[in-house]
Amino acid sequence: MRMLKFLLQKELLQIFRDAGIIRILFIMPMVQLLILPLAADYEIKNINLGVVDQDHSEYSRKLVNKIVSSGYFKLKEYSPSFNQGLKAIESDKTDLILEIPTHFDRDLVNENKATLFVAVDAINGVKAGLGGAYIQQIIQDDNQDVRDEWIQAPRYNPQPNIDIVSSDWYNPNMNYKVFMVPGILVMLVTMIGSSFAANNIVREKEMGTIEQINVSPIQKYQFILGKLIPFWLLAIAILTVGLIIARLVYGIVPMGSYFTIYVFAGIYLIAILGLGLLLSTYAQTQQQSMLVSFFIIMIFNLMSGLYTPIESMPVWAQWITIFNPVAYFIEVMRMVMLKGSGLSDIWPQIVAIMGFAAFFNGWAILNYSKRSV
Amino acid sequence: MKQFLIFVKIEWFHIWRDRRTLFILICMPIVQIILYGFALTNEVKNSNVAIFDQSRDVSTMQISNEIAASRYFNLVKNVYSYNDIAATFRKGKIRMAIVFPQNFRYDLLHSNHAQIQLIADASDPNTANTLTSYASVIINDYQQSLNQNDDLPYTINTQVRMLYNPELKGAYGFVPGVMALVLMLVCTMMTSISIVKEKEMGTMEVLLVSPLKPFSIVIAKTVPYLFVSLLNIICILLLSVYVLDVPIVGSILLLMLESTLFTVTSLSVGILISNFAETQQTAMFAAMMGLFLPTLLFSGFLFPLENMPVPLQVIANIVPSKWYYIIVKNIMIKGLGFESVWRETIILAGMTSALLGVSIYKFKIRLA
Repeated sequence: MRMLKFLLQKELLQIFRDAGIIRILFIMPMVQLLILPLAADYEIKNINLGVVDQDHSEYSRKLVNKIVSSGYFKLKEYSPSFNQGLKAIESDKTDLILEIPTHFDRDLVNENKATLFVAVDAINGVKAGLGGAYIQQIIQDDNQDVRDEWIQAPRYNPQPNIDIVSSDWYNPNMNYKVFMVPGILVMLVTMIGSSFAANNIVREKEMGTIEQINVSPIQKYQFILGKLIPFWLLAIAILTVGLIIARLVYGIVPMGSYFTIYVFAGIYLIAILGLGLLLSTYAQTQQQSMLVSFFIIMIFNLMSGLYTPIESMPVWAQWITIFNPVAYFIEVMRMVMLKGSGLSDIWPQIVAIMGFAAFFNGWAILNYSKRSV
Repeated sequence: MKQFLIFVKIEWFHIWRDRRTLFILICMPIVQIILYGFALTNEVKNSNVAIFDQSRDVSTMQISNEIAASRYFNLVKNVYSYNDIAATFRKGKIRMAIVFPQNFRYDLLHSNHAQIQLIADASDPNTANTLTSYASVIINDYQQSLNQNDDLPYTINTQVRMLYNPELKGAYGFVPGVMALVLMLVCTMMTSISIVKEKEMGTMEVLLVSPLKPFSIVIAKTVPYLFVSLLNIICILLLSVYVLDVPIVGSILLLMLESTLFTVTSLSVGILISNFAETQQTAMFAAMMGLFLPTLLFSGFLFPLENMPVPLQVIANIVPSKWYYIIVKNIMIKGLGFESVWRETIILAGMTSALLGVSIYKFKIRLA
């Protein structure tokens, strides 16, 4: 126990002596937490509309007005021909072209039907899909209005009609920040915790100071614990500052309890730091450990469901996410913060993360050999 | 020039000798492209839904079946009360619940009017929105099928054409973005760490007293990495065409040239970082914390730039990968020529010279 105390003292001294690192540790994540959620807004709005109106009728003007006033579309450009409209799409000026052909109005009256052409820049599939759906909906509505106007309406509606009422639970204002801030916080804590841990032992190897530890009567587990505890405390501190920012700046008050978050975070950090230490027992140079830990963190982050939903991934990729501790924490964080889930709701995730913690740390202790090669 | 080549050779030996690192440098981008190319997509599909059917009649059954058959939804359970819905949401098991009221079919056929409630888990607003609109389309289709026989007057048809990506595949937007991300990070980290390592090891002094101009030494150190990066680009392009099914519509030569330019930009960012960093740890943190997230967010492939507040849109302009993303999209997916990307090319070239200029100006000949 006394040994551990000295080890902790040594580690803490080492961390706090490097002012540059402390600055990076605290200021960078905070700045990112303040800026990133503003950038991470995925709402589909502001679809830039280009119109090719060859009909020039009163009807075409009314239709364009209606589309623009729906709020989803921003009229960017009137082009005289479809080819010129396409130019605007090529240069990213517009996302969607509506072409109203010549004699559209006349055809509609004389032949009872007429066709509108829509072309969408589909590189972003989701934006294209929704944009296409929105404009079709608006045109359908307009079509109904035209009928109501031009035909004597029957006294009652003879067709069966299904009303769709949709409600958005847990985030009725559809605020994207509420969704992103908890996830980004998890990512920042993970990035800092694991990469620092990964670097630490390798640094001692590179500096040669590990020899001194190897010849002193320190048990393996004491050594790993001595590395683990300071970083654990640091990461919890960063998490706390992050939660305060989430509350004060973004007004995110968790629906569940802070207790649940900290219980999970505590176990989670043991797991993620253990992973970092494990990597560092394998690497010989800091460059190696950095590249590998960075690589793993990137995979963990991008495959965590933070940016793109996990269930959209192919099945094999979903299997990979089962082995991704970050995915569990992000899921839990969002569940607790937004839906008020309690410990009883998240116990499967807790068990999983405990497994990770035991696995990574156990392996790290086994693999740390006092005889360095 | 001869001396310069000798220095290039030294660095090449450094890289070649450390096979483990070289292996990581070549494999990392490959694994990432495959992984993200397949896995990163914002298409919404296979979302778990629950159904709360209080009517249990032919109509609700038919609608439920339609929804279960759609590739967007995955029917996981039937629930029997609103409390049940809330509990299932809290466990994170479903994304949406569909509620049919009692006497659904009776109301629909007799009073011509019935209601369906869609409850979405809007903690992810985008998915919620998309699911609601997909479910509405299915329900509307069902409604249309009920009054199929009527021929409506004054019908406006809409023909929608999806340009460049008719199947609306997520990969078309994501692969160029992942290319920008991976190249940027690998190049920056490689250069900055390899230069700072010399500083940390004390071998920088040996290099500095050699007859070569100090900054040429730095350039010589990055040249081998340029070749490693070119190899990476070739791998990435092969993978995207043959594994991810994202074709290169435009000129391959132009794409390669632009990629090389972007690589040089990234290497210059690495050189700049190595100027300021004293330890490998600091260099890596600058490269990782400082570049990973901005590159991810401001390239515009994950989150649309036009949604961001104006100051951030301005910041996005100084992120090189934003411009490279536009270039790759235009050449690779839209198949446009140089006339569509000359502005972006000039910007990247300008950034590179600015970065190198600052690095030369700030370069310290004497170590502390």
